Amino acid sequence: MKIPLIYNLRSLRARPVSTLTTAFGMALVVGVFVAMMALSNGFRAALVSTGSPDNVMVLRKGADAEMSSGLSRDAANIIGGMPFVARGTDGRPLASPETFVVISYQRLGGGLANLVVRGVSPRALEVRKGVRIVEGRLFAPGSNEVIVGATMARRFANTGIGETLSFGGRDWTVVGRFTAEGSAFESEIWGENEQLMPVFRGQVFQSVTFRMQDPSAFDGIKPTLESDPRLYVDAHRERDFYENQSLFLGTILKFIAVFIAGVMAVGAVFGAINTMYAAVASRGPEIGVLLTLGFKPRHVLTSFVTEAILIAVLGGALGCLFTLPINGLLTSTTNWNSFSELAFAFRVTPGLLLQGLVFAAVMGVIGGFLPARRAARLPVTEALRQA
Amino acid sequence: MKFARLVWANLWRRKGRTVLTLLSVAVAMFLFATLRSVLTTLAASEQVGSESRLVTRSAIGITFPLPEAYAGRLAATDGVSAVSWANWFGGIYINSQNFFAQFAVDADTYFPMYPEVRMPPEQLAAFMQERTAVVAGKGLMERFGWQLGQTITLQGTIFPGDWDFTIRAVYVPDNPSFGDENFFFHYDYLLERTGRFVTPGWFILRLGDPSQAAAVSARIDEQFKNSRAPTKTETERAFQAGFVTMWGNVAFLVRAIGTAVFFAILLVAANTMMMAARERVHEVAVMKTLGFGDGLLSALVLVEAVLITGVGGLLGIAGARLLFGATRALSSILPGFAVAWSTVAFGIAIAIGLGLASGAVPAWQAARLSVVQALRRVA
Repeated sequence: MKIPLIYNLRSLRARPVSTLTTAFGMALVVGVFVAMMALSNGFRAALVSTGSPDNVMVLRKGADAEMSSGLSRDAANIIGGMPFVARGTDGRPLASPETFVVISYQRLGGGLANLVVRGVSPRALEVRKGVRIVEGRLFAPGSNEVIVGATMARRFANTGIGETLSFGGRDWTVVGRFTAEGSAFESEIWGENEQLMPVFRGQVFQSVTFRMQDPSAFDGIKPTLESDPRLYVDAHRERDFYENQSLFLGTILKFIAVFIAGVMAVGAVFGAINTMYAAVASRGPEIGVLLTLGFKPRHVLTSFVTEAILIAVLGGALGCLFTLPINGLLTSTTNWNSFSELAFAFRVTPGLLLQGLVFAAVMGVIGGFLPARRAARLPVTEALRQA
Repeated sequence: MKFARLVWANLWRRKGRTVLTLLSVAVAMFLFATLRSVLTTLAASEQVGSESRLVTRSAIGITFPLPEAYAGRLAATDGVSAVSWANWFGGIYINSQNFFAQFAVDADTYFPMYPEVRMPPEQLAAFMQERTAVVAGKGLMERFGWQLGQTITLQGTIFPGDWDFTIRAVYVPDNPSFGDENFFFHYDYLLERTGRFVTPGWFILRLGDPSQAAAVSARIDEQFKNSRAPTKTETERAFQAGFVTMWGNVAFLVRAIGTAVFFAILLVAANTMMMAARERVHEVAVMKTLGFGDGLLSALVLVEAVLITGVGGLLGIAGARLLFGATRALSSILPGFAVAWSTVAFGIAIAIGLGLASGAVPAWQAARLSVVQALRRVA
């Protein structure tokens, strides 16, 4: 028969201070782990959700970012005319040839930030399903109107509807504010491609993004585009393109999370080992009684490991609680592929919290094992004689 | 110290516990040293830019080039004593994981502008004579196992095609924050290969009198304000600092984590000290009976605590310094990453503080322990 769990719970309550300090140590470790992972996940999610798996993004061959790409008007027309490009209700292709520039702009609260200004086709909202105008309206074709991303609007001045932004030597009226499911687009300014093109780089688009008629046909579409003699392009699934952009910083952030949490965990595990050794040492007679009553050494072992896990999970749960308030908190960094500011939110997901708890439990097992083994190996007579 | 033996004996009463606590303090202080070094390295990289050099770039955005003709006009501006320019190349070596910075520079003027970039004069001469030659940093050479004279092929992203370069010179920076993983080649090569389809990405200006930086910057920007390519001029230091802030609020992140680490380990250490104290209630009572003063008993507890955390801290910090000194673990991401002496000193201070804090409660308890009650208590 196993030693009932209530025994462990009561034991923990008998030593509240050391239980709580150990649990608190674990809580801090788990808290830091979850917070860092939330940062890393938020960053990745913002970039990955930017791309849709149904869309194809075409860049000049060899260009690894929109900024270094260039496509002529002819190329854009050829791509738009391809049979695998989805059509709108009016029968015209769902394609958006886009210009992409990064400008320096004064941030609210001082300092220059690099902002993406994207010139899109008026059809861009049909091509990109996630983008929604939440206030105002889309820019009118042929006008110097722009719409601003929701997070960008919160961080920069003059982004209210009806206000004027000046960049590229012209003034632009803000007529709408859009959301894009928390993706990188929300950090951008969008205007009409035909208006923005001449202002910055002359007669060239940076990319063409189109919706596929059949998203499963990408493997055929890619070689068709890339081998077309009239074009000199690379085709990427839009989602993969943005996922690639998140790799560099995303990997660094994940590494930092694991490194810091790992090192802290070593310290916390040592703390747990200490606590459990002390628990075992002071409970010699108790263990002796348990063994005399007929509980097997392995039951004692499981019981003490369980106790360590209980402490750890208590700490883990506490740590997860600490991190809940940061969920959704907005922060920003730079997307180094475009040198532009990217705002994103910490993402504390249920899966991540579960990871935190599992992490805590593992620390508990490691911390509890050695002391528990000592407890299990105590000779009955000696244990009873103690104290 | 006649009590040294007593403290020593107490420390080793429970070997396992002392060692474990010491080690947990050591890993925590290792982490602290690493994190703080990130901050000091970032701060140092803001300093790498000189106050006596200005950077002029396009006011529209960092990725917009400026006309080459500006070089002459900038040189003629009052207060400017030399002008050079450079361009970001952004090539890929084998695959995009092998990132390093590549600059196309106007070789005649660039290296005189940067006396902190050191290389043998004959290598520089060899570089100057060959259009496809490259000056590579020592760190970069080691990272990829390159040899002097080797030909390197980069795949252009901004400037398409495969680009061949021959390494003719290897530099070592005077200031580690300058980074020894840069790659410089001739701007003329870029110009030629692209069919003159390129203009400078930014200009670097040397000031005759560094105290005039603000005035000269303003004068330059005013001059180009209404042109097709307006400029933004600032000191090189400010320009660099701008890049550092682009990472986001690193300082806050590091401080938040550092604080969490500190408290996590404080809890571990405090727990240990309290356990140790609890075991010795009897002993302390006996010692009091023998005439040991309250203050002395408190001090003994504190000394013991500080010894554990101090030695642990020293281990962790020295470990970090040796590890990061011997390997180049983080220097690709953060050029010049090193554990500064200030971090070592600060870390030891923290470790001692940790010891005092963790020993405070048991020390206080030892001092106010009532002898009669303690002796009567059955353990």
